[in-house]
Amino acid sequence: MTKTELCLLSAAQMANGLVAGDFTSVELTQAHLDRIADLNPALNAYLYVDDAGALATAREVDEARAAGQDLPRLAGVPVAVKDIACTVGMPTTAGSKMLEGWMPPYDATIVAKLKSAKMPILGKTNMDEFAMGSSTEHSAFGPTRNPWDLDRIPGGSGGGSSAAVGAYLAPLAIGSDTGGSIRQPAAVTGTVGTKPTYGGVSRYGVIALASSLDQIGPCARSVTDTALLHEVLGGHDEMDSTSLDAPVPAVVEASSTRDLTGMKIGVVKEISGEGFQPGVLARFEEARAKLVELGAEIVEVSCPHFTSAMAAYYLVLPSEASSNLARYDAMRYGLRVGPDGVESPSAEQVMAASRAAGFGDEVKRRIILGTYALSSGYYDAYYGQAQKVRTLIACDFEAAFEQVDVLISPTTPTTAFKLGEKLDDPLAMYLGDLATIPANLAGVPGMSIPVGVAEDNLPVGLQFLAPATQDQRLYAVGAALEAALTEQWGGPMLDQAAHLCLAQPFDKQEAGA
Amino acid sequence: MSGLSRDDVAHVATLARIHLNDDELDTMAGQLDQIVEWVGQISEVAAADVPPMSHPLPLTNVTRPDEVRECLSAEEALSGAPASEEDRFAVPRILDED
Repeated sequence: MTKTELCLLSAAQMANGLVAGDFTSVELTQAHLDRIADLNPALNAYLYVDDAGALATAREVDEARAAGQDLPRLAGVPVAVKDIACTVGMPTTAGSKMLEGWMPPYDATIVAKLKSAKMPILGKTNMDEFAMGSSTEHSAFGPTRNPWDLDRIPGGSGGGSSAAVGAYLAPLAIGSDTGGSIRQPAAVTGTVGTKPTYGGVSRYGVIALASSLDQIGPCARSVTDTALLHEVLGGHDEMDSTSLDAPVPAVVEASSTRDLTGMKIGVVKEISGEGFQPGVLARFEEARAKLVELGAEIVEVSCPHFTSAMAAYYLVLPSEASSNLARYDAMRYGLRVGPDGVESPSAEQVMAASRAAGFGDEVKRRIILGTYALSSGYYDAYYGQAQKVRTLIACDFEAAFEQVDVLISPTTPTTAFKLGEKLDDPLAMYLGDLATIPANLAGVPGMSIPVGVAEDNLPVGLQFLAPATQDQRLYAVGAALEAALTEQWGGPMLDQAAHLCLAQPFDKQEAGA
Repeated sequence: MSGLSRDDVAHVATLARIHLNDDELDTMAGQLDQIVEWVGQISEVAAADVPPMSHPLPLTNVTRPDEVRECLSAEEALSGAPASEEDRFAVPRILDED
């Protein structure tokens, strides 16, 4: 197999090939590192690549396998980690100048889990600063580009992970989803991503944005691969007091589902129609028809308070973020700079100067918005009111799930927009997240899978939502639809993609070598 | 709910310990005013008797036995510090100079 062929395998195929001895983990890992070296300058999906660490793990796996040891299912399969999770031996920046070059003294639980699953960690992926954004343009280290069209955004905040997976720079990646940061990037890059039930995956050692919304989850190119990573990440962690003390849903098993007879699916009236791109709606309608062919019954449901979810979210998120980001005070870690022209500045002056220099515009905007919303005299009108709307949204979900097993909607109202298009209009950028945000407010799980390309030849995503702790339902319906669409297309969606032009220089180079 | 003025933004930025220069204040005041007006629509949505929801899970306080465990060494804890002295974080002055 050529290096490119290795990178084009699914994670499940990689795992099987390693067991069968078709290739070694060192070969597989090196193939990805070479591809990263070749394509990352154009994509900026990775902020840091750990060649030595990834190869060391790969070697260890190969030796253990040669010695006949039992190994975890994904042992030797490489993975990328969003730069929001602490990693010993690799810098962790959250896409911010505030933490440029910061080396965490401990691993996030999910990173420790990847290490005990013996998965070589290729590096850290780019993101909007502190996960605030929908495009990765708010990264302090430059935007990531969409593999389908380098002039377009790969989604955000987890655009580095989606672009890495979509461009075959990693078969699997970690994301974090506070308002759609796994699902929206998956949708606009033609990849798969899941936001698990709130509390389903430990957040210990993950840099906090909005603690009542944040959730870690898997990114991949297929539903099965996503499930395999989900099971590695999930489970109770005593180091995270919000971690659910419940078994991980059987998502891998669910991803072999092909028949949806007896399943009831609800189309959310409020997340469709007006403001949605025609090509997005067309692919959504086709997918809906496909679900009926697979045996599902589809009904329309109304979640009337979803229309207020955006406003509630943009109060809850900045409020919690303003509190969480107070820790970047230039005292214990992170950037410290003194104000210009002040001799012997006070700690407060150093804080204000360091936060001015270390934070980007979007982070400043949201901290100020949150500080304002929480300030005395405004608390009841803003944050208090947002919390009530949150209750109404959770009740909408509850009522909907009394009628149906899962809900569906387009993941995003449009395909990937152009870099720079919404950078000066924060409100327009926020409004793109209307479909993904309700799940975070209520804590329910969601998934996005690709359902074709729109009239602009860019990927369209379909979102599934399930009741809390019922993550396996996403995988069941996602896998069945994916299998039916793959059959219809004659192969996985990424295979038909324009993005493969990116792979061509690499192939030529390899052929010439 | 009234709008957010440039002076309001400057005041809140001080509370948030972020120094904003004049250009930033100009740009941000307009953007934040627009955002605040937009999120303000929420005031009409929920009736007074709707209970607030702060969190998706019914949270109970989680404790663990009060036992000594392995933890970061002083060296590890100080490894990212901008300045340290005698195994402690060194910080700028916290009192006025006089």
